[in-house]
Amino acid sequence: MLTYIVRRLLRLIPTLIVISIMTFIIIQLPPGDFFDSLQAQLAESESRADQQAFDALRKQYHLDKPLWKQYLFWIGGCVQGDFGYSFEWRRPVADLIGERLGLTFVMSLGSLVFMWVVAIPIGIYSARNRLSWSDYSLTFVAFIGLCIPNFVIALIAMYASVFWFGGSAGGLFSQEYKYAAWSLAKVWDLLGHLWVPVVVIGAAGTATMMRLMRTSMLDVLDRAYITTARAKGLAERWVIYKYAVRVAINPMISIMGMQIPQLVSGSIIVAIVLGLPTTGPLFYRALETQDMYLAGTFLMLLAVLLLLGNLLADILLALVDPRIRLE
Amino acid sequence: MLQIPTQIEEPMTATPSDTVLEIEDLQVEFGTLEGDVQVLRGVDLIVRRGEAVGLVGESGSGKSVTAMSVLRLLREPPARLSGSIKFYGTAGGAPVDLAQVDPGSEQMQHIRGNDIAMIFQEPMSSLSPVFTVGHQVAEVIWLHQDKSRKQAHAEAEDMLQRVGIPEPARAAKQYPHNLSGGQLQRVMIAMALACEPTLVIADEPTTALDVTIQAQIMDLLQELRETMNLAVLLITHDLAVVAGFCERVNVMYMGRVVEEASVLDIFQRPSHPYTQGLLHSIPRPGQQHKERFPAIRGTVPDPRQVPQGCAFGPRCDQFEANLCDRAGPVEAVQLGEGHHARCYRTDMANHGG
Amino acid sequence: MSEINDTLSTAGQWQLAWIKFRQNRVALVSGVILALMYLMTVFSGFLAPYGPDHRFARRPYVPPQGLHLFASDGLHLPFAYGLKEHVDHTGRTLFTHDPEVRYTLQLFATGDSHSFLGFETDLHLFGIDSAAEDGLFLFGTDRQGRDLLSRILYGARISLTIGLIGVTISVILGAVLGVTSGYFGGWVDELTQRTIEMLRAFPQIPLWMALSAAIPPDVDQITSYFMITLILSLLGWTSLARIVRGKVLSLRSEEFVMAAQLMGASHKRVIFRHLIPGVLGEIIVVATIAVPTMILAESALSFLNLGIRAPMTSWGVLLQEGRNLTTLYFHQWLLLPALFIVITVLSFNFLGDAFRDAADPYTD
Repeated sequence: MLTYIVRRLLRLIPTLIVISIMTFIIIQLPPGDFFDSLQAQLAESESRADQQAFDALRKQYHLDKPLWKQYLFWIGGCVQGDFGYSFEWRRPVADLIGERLGLTFVMSLGSLVFMWVVAIPIGIYSARNRLSWSDYSLTFVAFIGLCIPNFVIALIAMYASVFWFGGSAGGLFSQEYKYAAWSLAKVWDLLGHLWVPVVVIGAAGTATMMRLMRTSMLDVLDRAYITTARAKGLAERWVIYKYAVRVAINPMISIMGMQIPQLVSGSIIVAIVLGLPTTGPLFYRALETQDMYLAGTFLMLLAVLLLLGNLLADILLALVDPRIRLE
Repeated sequence: MLQIPTQIEEPMTATPSDTVLEIEDLQVEFGTLEGDVQVLRGVDLIVRRGEAVGLVGESGSGKSVTAMSVLRLLREPPARLSGSIKFYGTAGGAPVDLAQVDPGSEQMQHIRGNDIAMIFQEPMSSLSPVFTVGHQVAEVIWLHQDKSRKQAHAEAEDMLQRVGIPEPARAAKQYPHNLSGGQLQRVMIAMALACEPTLVIADEPTTALDVTIQAQIMDLLQELRETMNLAVLLITHDLAVVAGFCERVNVMYMGRVVEEASVLDIFQRPSHPYTQGLLHSIPRPGQQHKERFPAIRGTVPDPRQVPQGCAFGPRCDQFEANLCDRAGPVEAVQLGEGHHARCYRTDMANHGG
Repeated sequence: MSEINDTLSTAGQWQLAWIKFRQNRVALVSGVILALMYLMTVFSGFLAPYGPDHRFARRPYVPPQGLHLFASDGLHLPFAYGLKEHVDHTGRTLFTHDPEVRYTLQLFATGDSHSFLGFETDLHLFGIDSAAEDGLFLFGTDRQGRDLLSRILYGARISLTIGLIGVTISVILGAVLGVTSGYFGGWVDELTQRTIEMLRAFPQIPLWMALSAAIPPDVDQITSYFMITLILSLLGWTSLARIVRGKVLSLRSEEFVMAAQLMGASHKRVIFRHLIPGVLGEIIVVATIAVPTMILAESALSFLNLGIRAPMTSWGVLLQEGRNLTTLYFHQWLLLPALFIVITVLSFNFLGDAFRDAADPYTD
């Protein structure tokens, strides 16, 4: 198993290089650079800005060099842990992303837990009572969840949270805890705010998982070994959970690897709408202002997460299904 | 090639004198989108203690449904049962009518795997792929007997050895996909026999196996049957297997037992035209092969469109109009000691072969 | 009963699929709904009472006004009330019915001019007196006093067509590349597969966001529309190409392909006559499910200001108005475009599901 992981990781390296190049190209596509838009902004507000000062800044950040040199500067830094500099925030990109990454992960993990806790039991229930009214209505609800754009769900959730539940609009913390040090009370406050984004982000994934689990269960319940289990005298509950669910859940477990990067990406729009202090809005702003190292690093980070998620999915599947052999 | 016994050997076990399983007028209906389909039309069957009884028929005759009905393993609904399935767990004791027991009840759970066990057709798919073979055998021991996990596992290994699996300790740790079909069927047998049930129902246990392995498995079953004094209900379409294993045979056609006799009588004095047709269509050494193989003409009709009167009528060479197609149930006609057939024609002069 | 059986036993693959599809009522309803929606885009100018930019300067944030039949003096033809404005204690402008002023609904009314199938006309299906001070605000108005129903109808043009065009591009790209990749193998296959891997290494939404941000701000509407469409189809073709390639690989080793080749069929013939019909079913299913993904993506991008630019409007752009929570609280009707999105996406999903069930020969 270990050699397999190492081998896969090594094979990732050329992919990573290509991805970094592609990311760099994508980020450089918009015409001009950060300072162009800054200059335009300043020109609008009629404050005096020195062309020379800007040129000096450009030189400082290597923006006057040919593209391929800029790329090498950046990638050289990345390998050493220096992901470039954010022009707008005037801080290293690594710091900016780092401080928000924690919350992003907490939120994504929360969504993951939510998805699993809700979707799996419902999927099992749906399969056991297939074609009943509850099955139809659950399937319908799942469909709806898939079909409402997630930013609309975010809007509605925000609305509900503020006007029905009395929470505060947006943000992950109430005023008093925002800049306070971490304490139990702060964690509690966070949880109180967290459920809205967690549910919203998890909504579409929950719907998909519900249907997948149902399909998987239906497939397994028809198998011969389920009948054998019953013939042995096992109580129906055991037959369902020990034999059926145990096998039906395997495809779910393997997609879990992919779900984490998907949740992180999916959280971007929701975070923007809800105004959360996570990496999503940071990325959005960086795209608007052409804060290229920030945008580029984040995009690359997401791609790396996706690749790792793929690997994780394969490993998890091998762990739970003895029939799978990793080559 | 099929060996027709010209004389029957002495019964393997002491003469069975009491009944273990008595199925009376078992009817099973399936509700489908297009209406109800009657799959079993009144099956009568008896298995005695320690006896080996065969249940033969083509696909669609309802033999598997009969087998599954005993332990109520059919999905009800859409299946609906009526009739009685009496099981005499202890000699001379009162029977339990399995048709009346709630399939989900603890009583049923206690009987399954413990008093009555089943062996299924495809061992590859009948064992869960995510648990080891040892675990699955130990589970049935641990479930029904008051033993610790460790004891159950030890006993499971013993069982694996008894069914002829080499290196049982190592084999117990294997997953089903690591073993061959023959080995897996031995595991199934081990699992079925682990709690020393009174009756074992084997649903086509050798159909999915190689011919050479088939013989080994049947020999194993025979041996274990003797040692444990098991009653076995063997479901199969293969008359050769029946000949080598069973003492009594029931022939099924379209949801009914059409002939019931000792194995010798079935092969030497088949009375029902269907049985005769079945035997006739088996190729035998020394036969002239100038003509085509004799086969029963026609095909098994759709269970939704059963002919009136005798279900076999349209395919029967001895069909008599106004006799064989008249309405009303076909009663069993006694032809000899323990030999019944359901045929309108009371004229049983034919001794087929 | 037996006639159905007879038909079933002799029907070809497509007929079987059609029969099965017909049995799925939900899918049929969805199909009808979608047909109506797309018809709507053709006739949006005619159906909408107003042009998309017709501002009623003194009527911002009017709630949806229904049509009425009863007034204080009895039954009338359907009419809309005129509006009186007043300012409440918080400074907000509120509107109430002016019972004195009534505008009767007119069929085939004259209104803003629009181009319809090539020619200019000012005929609309319905409307009220075009000289009226108030308008017919069936869905209410937005911040600039523009009729939301009209804007939704115009927005449908963009939202619905981007999905279709984008998917068409994806399908063509995906099918062509998938087939050549699977059929010819070798370096063509390797190259295509690596490219697909690279593209799929990026998560969709961030990639779309990044690419959309790259569209120069000074580009005109039509170009930006096409660029958005291209961006959306850029990732879409990869999944289709993989599915097609898989199917081609499995079909390629089937005997009928070998037979055709032995008979001297050219590559082109094998591909078009034999392979493509085999994959067509899957392509249809995947394409149908891909359209709603694109529609959702476009609305998300437009909502974030990264997609469609003004003055073009799409449902996503319309939803921008709801971004401010206060605005949303007081003017919930601004979320109505979302309803249209949901109905469209639902219908496509039901349709796609039904296609998938119909094409699958194993589920009876």
